[in-house]
Amino acid sequence: MGAQVITITSGKGGVGKTTAVANLAVALAADGQKVVCVDGDIGLRNLDVVMGLENRIVYDVVDVIEGRCRLRQAMIRDKRLPELYLIPAAQTRDKSAVSPSDMVRLCDELRGEVDWVIIDSPAGIERGFKNAIAPADRVIVLTNPEVSAVRDADRVIGILEAEEKGSPGLIINRLNPAMVRRHDMLSAEDVLDLLAVRLLGVVPEDENVIVATNRGVPVALDGKSRAGQAFRNIARRLKGEDVPFLDLDDQGTLWQKLSRLTGRKSS
Amino acid sequence: MSDTPHFLQIKGLRDGLLITLADAPWETVSQALLAHIGERQSFFQGARLALDVGQQALKVIDLADLRDRLSDQGVSLWAVLSESPTTQNAAQLLGLATRLFRPRLQEFEPAPSSMADETALWLHRTLRSGVRVESPGHVVIWGDVNPGAEVVAAGHILVWGRLRGSVHAGAQGDRNAMIAALEFSPMQARIANQEVVISDPKPHPGPKVIAFRDDRLTVDDWQAT
Repeated sequence: MGAQVITITSGKGGVGKTTAVANLAVALAADGQKVVCVDGDIGLRNLDVVMGLENRIVYDVVDVIEGRCRLRQAMIRDKRLPELYLIPAAQTRDKSAVSPSDMVRLCDELRGEVDWVIIDSPAGIERGFKNAIAPADRVIVLTNPEVSAVRDADRVIGILEAEEKGSPGLIINRLNPAMVRRHDMLSAEDVLDLLAVRLLGVVPEDENVIVATNRGVPVALDGKSRAGQAFRNIARRLKGEDVPFLDLDDQGTLWQKLSRLTGRKSS
Repeated sequence: MSDTPHFLQIKGLRDGLLITLADAPWETVSQALLAHIGERQSFFQGARLALDVGQQALKVIDLADLRDRLSDQGVSLWAVLSESPTTQNAAQLLGLATRLFRPRLQEFEPAPSSMADETALWLHRTLRSGVRVESPGHVVIWGDVNPGAEVVAAGHILVWGRLRGSVHAGAQGDRNAMIAALEFSPMQARIANQEVVISDPKPHPGPKVIAFRDDRLTVDDWQAT
């Protein structure tokens, strides 16, 4: 059995796609899975920075596609986890250096090597996005509880449905339970109500994420971080485990709402 | 352009190319198109392409496949013109344009006395952000109209779901057109040339029907008559 290819996308930029890719990859690899992440943001790479691997780059994804190196040579092994690899994007090229069929070929080759291929999609719905979703078995749409991000997520879900990629999974990132309680932020329920797709997880806003990103140590490695816990739970759900949603709200109401929502979805 | 295959007709537009495909089997014409572009890489490189496919009824997968192959050759497909509703629908789903120029609003034309043809476009799905549906008749949507989606109909618009996007009924000036929805909280709603003014920003609970009454647009509870 080959690897599962998962693409994380959002439409809008800056919602945390790269952070999510790094954290899900780390969480899966820490769980004994063999994982390779592919940075699809050619020309604006940063997955390598978030994973703390930027000074090890020799070859990149365009080198593989254009045949300047073998696949193995472009797979950078993580410092901490032996079964985690990164294929970085090229920084000196642009999206047109890669086509959707190149990505399909690349991922078909990777399927034999690992358990999971996780692709970081660039923002937007143009070429780079199309490259990133072309090889995906499953697509995860990431959004923030913010009207503009949700609007873009809705557009992206529409495109995925039209391209017969199936209904994607949803991760709501950077939810602030205190702001939701004050009605200053959309709740997970509001977002789900509009997007009507399967919820994979809600990641709470957490300052540790910024610290972790700057240090190149994904927060999923930090046992104490709430966001890290949320990412570890999502990784387990990707593996098919039934993991209850985090109780993000001190008063426990959100958890009750979420379990009710997901209960309704699965029934 | 000495030996353009007889399947294709190429015209220059102000901002790209328009290729009209002959009415032959899709497999044949699409292959001819790709082969032609492949032979003239330098001419087509970076071109913006509009494609007139005539009567061909194409599915999303056909158009998506062609767009990806064109994209492999550095050609970006931005519009698909067709007389077939299936193809128009597929193109809209992929976010491709279905006409070259936006039509001018025909608000000052005399209003047609009766509804166009009494035919309705039936859509059993949720219209998500970025989808635009146009119809010369009525439109019935079994699903939601999300913010960022647009529906333009010459006749009535009926939404069996939540209306949160933009709708324009009676778009050719028909003031007899109506809008009805199970939940009415649109970004914009118009009938003929008049905007529905929504004074209360909160969604009105319950099904609503919007129509002209004594020359004024009114929002009423939608009740069995």
